[in-house]
Amino acid sequence: MITRFLWQGLSRNLRLFVLLVLLVGVALPVLNQLVPPSQPLHVPAWMLQLIGKYLCYALLALAVDLVWGFCGILSLGHGAFFALGGYCMGMYLLRQIGSRGVYGNPILPDFMVFLNYKELPWFWHGFDQFWFAAIMIVVVPSLLALALGWFAFRSRVTGVYLSIITQAMTFALMLAFFRNDMGLGGNNGMTDFKDILGFSVQADSTRAALCFASALALALGLVISAAVVGSRFGKALTAVRDAESRMRFLGYRVEGYKLFVFVLSAAMAGVAGAIYVPQVGIINPSEFSPANSIEAVIWVAVGGRGTLIGPVIGAFLVNWGKTYLTGALPEVWLFALGTLFVAVTLFLPKGVVGLWSQVRSRGVTRKARVPA
Amino acid sequence: MSMADQRSTSALLYLSGVTVSFDGFEALSNLSLLVEPGEMRAIIGPNGAGKTTMMDVVTGKTRPDEGEVVFDGKADLTKLDEADIATLGIGRKFQKPTVFENHTVRDNLLLALAGLRSWYKLLLASPTKLENDRLNEILSIVRMEAQQNMLAARLSHGQKQWLEIGMLLAQDPKLLLVDEPVAGMTDVETETTAQVLREINKTHSVVVVEHDMSFVRALGVKVTVLHEGSMLAEGTFDQVSADPRVVEVYLGR
Repeated sequence: MITRFLWQGLSRNLRLFVLLVLLVGVALPVLNQLVPPSQPLHVPAWMLQLIGKYLCYALLALAVDLVWGFCGILSLGHGAFFALGGYCMGMYLLRQIGSRGVYGNPILPDFMVFLNYKELPWFWHGFDQFWFAAIMIVVVPSLLALALGWFAFRSRVTGVYLSIITQAMTFALMLAFFRNDMGLGGNNGMTDFKDILGFSVQADSTRAALCFASALALALGLVISAAVVGSRFGKALTAVRDAESRMRFLGYRVEGYKLFVFVLSAAMAGVAGAIYVPQVGIINPSEFSPANSIEAVIWVAVGGRGTLIGPVIGAFLVNWGKTYLTGALPEVWLFALGTLFVAVTLFLPKGVVGLWSQVRSRGVTRKARVPA
Repeated sequence: MSMADQRSTSALLYLSGVTVSFDGFEALSNLSLLVEPGEMRAIIGPNGAGKTTMMDVVTGKTRPDEGEVVFDGKADLTKLDEADIATLGIGRKFQKPTVFENHTVRDNLLLALAGLRSWYKLLLASPTKLENDRLNEILSIVRMEAQQNMLAARLSHGQKQWLEIGMLLAQDPKLLLVDEPVAGMTDVETETTAQVLREINKTHSVVVVEHDMSFVRALGVKVTVLHEGSMLAEGTFDQVSADPRVVEVYLGR
């Protein structure tokens, strides 16, 4: 039943795309590990890390698109779910350091010793176990989304008001996480990680595995999203996006639909953040910055909202541009991002993926005209 | 109250003393109305008479400040929301055809089809044989078999009207509220619409809100005239159109 559910949503194009994502996730680590550095085909470790990061961003973009593109909820706070997943992973990674920290305390992470904590705060218990952290990575963002969505959707808060609330949420969390008494590392956040599941986070083999994990998570996210969107639930979901009150008059309880995708999307963003953190080696409150959430929305807009492939392509394109421009012309980047957003909104309302089908349908009509 | 209990046993829709005000303006004032099972009723009235507000009250979009609204002798509509009321069996057709443009014709009908509404059941459901048969039946009634896989956005205005009628058939409500069905239609289309409504009325109760007098005459059913939020007159078309108060309201002094 579940396999059928997961399979039914996958169109042929999407199957190929998921395969491509998995192929990248396997090929890059293999080319890094098995091809010696002297060979031209060798993939350097920094490349693994970069692609791994992009794959996590792509999963975040997919999460944003699931609520925005398919349900019309423009969330300007999805970075918060990403960061919460990241913090859960960060807590696990800090507890793996043990007595190898600067202060050598076997239980307390360095920042707690520095801040004169006598014992571990209650919410840190359990994070020494990976399975517990893995559950929290999904549960914590989901619970926040459930609480926010419950109140917002039941009170019929929609459109720009909902966007503002989500934006305020991530901003409030950022301010809260900046405080040292939150017990989560204050403005320094968490860094200096050593091990994940007993493997050194610095080792190339670990980076290779994390890059593969990122691809696997994205592939899984694509398959789950496709199943949800392709089901009868998905038809009702896009109908809610297009004509919410009409759906109510047909007898649909719209809140349930919105809440389900919002929570699912938050969980996906949380997983993305969790795999992201060991690859970049740090998590701090700036991940909650509203600008991050807005950037994720731009990735979706550029790639093509309301498609599943679009957000992945958008995340890769924009972030590749960011990596290139912040290196070559750092002062230009923000202007380029702004211009891009305006240009896409004006000229490519369906993003890069939409451009593809626009060109194709134009080609078809041109062909059709020839006989006449 | 005893009056209400007595009447609510037979009436399909029962409104008594319904008052709705927006910022001090009374859109409905002390409106009472009875619709019997199987009846088709036309409701007319000049702009601002409260026709749309009455529909909003019945479908749960607007809560009345005072008064009773009872459906089928048992359900208190003032306590329910849109989804509950729709599930009880009250359908609504809007003046402007509202179909789901990004869905195919068949999916539009599937969404409207009476039955599954809860999100967790729909996640794993696929259309049953019974549902598919019903969809095929409706597609043939509205003569849209050929367009069933076409996106609704690509339909003409007239086809959208037909699709919406198909959706109402799929929803299969006990009571159908129809808001200005012939606005912007040609005479021929108006006549066809009157026929379709009479056809639907064979198996459903219908309330039609309209201000096209020739259309209301063509329907040939009991007419209720609203004015400034309450009932002005009720009776056959000829009775109400001979009523001097109705003439005054419609023609002015």
